[in-house]
Amino acid sequence: MIAAVVPKAPPSEWQYVAGAYLVVFVAVLAWVAIIAAKLQRLQRQLGELVRKAAERD
Amino acid sequence: MPRLVAQNRAGSLAVLTVALLAAALALIFFYVPTDPDQGFSQRIFYFHVPVALTSYVCFGWGAWKALRVLWKHDEAADLQSYVAIHQGVIFGALTLLTGSIWAKASWGVWWLWSENQLVLFLVLFLFYCAYFMLRYSVEPGRSRENMCAVYALFGVVLIPVSFLAIRLSQRFIHPVVFTLHGPQMAGSQFFTFCVAWAAMLAIFATLYSVELAGKRIDGHIRELRELLSS
Repeated sequence: MIAAVVPKAPPSEWQYVAGAYLVVFVAVLAWVAIIAAKLQRLQRQLGELVRKAAERD
Repeated sequence: MPRLVAQNRAGSLAVLTVALLAAALALIFFYVPTDPDQGFSQRIFYFHVPVALTSYVCFGWGAWKALRVLWKHDEAADLQSYVAIHQGVIFGALTLLTGSIWAKASWGVWWLWSENQLVLFLVLFLFYCAYFMLRYSVEPGRSRENMCAVYALFGVVLIPVSFLAIRLSQRFIHPVVFTLHGPQMAGSQFFTFCVAWAAMLAIFATLYSVELAGKRIDGHIRELRELLSS
């Protein structure tokens, strides 16, 4: 589908547009990956606390 | 039903964000006509400008929450202000990167120090980067909340300066699209721009709510650990 748009633009112009859009998507993806890692860490820490609380009881 | 929506706010926002992003990309690449003046590279405008405006919204929201810290002594607003500014810095970095790529495509250079708009945005970005240096160099507590709030409020003054710089400047090559006479573009271009901006605002809202929830859980876990160790 994108091929229908690509040939109308000179190659270098197309590359710049692709680069600009790619930068935004990579940044959002990186952010999601960081948050996913953080959630895993929180889940692990919460699990440890639950175990500690159970041992206390 | 409203309770269910509130509970799944982040999920609902994520779905809305994906839908808006898909709509924006479809409009940008298959609907809006190629600009006769700038050519195909003008399509960067539909992401670059909404990203820049969203960074202003983030900093503005951060300043509003900072005002609540000082005015209402709202402790929760400190974290909200911090997260909004963090998002603003991410969007600010993306503005500089996409703008630089667009500059290379249109002007043949990655950066122009003679352009007030560019330099002022860089100053605004660096100012908010320094916010994190201040925040992490002071012990958590009331004084840190006040210092960060005052800093965030100072920074927001730079936003109208950055926005108006291009309009006050006599010599410029950076395009001016929004003037007192309205947007200087075709209806289809303006519609596409609005959808792209809505998509960027939805990304901000999603990232903001997820990051804020993560920070709150982090805080609760810290409190719980202290309670269990005492």
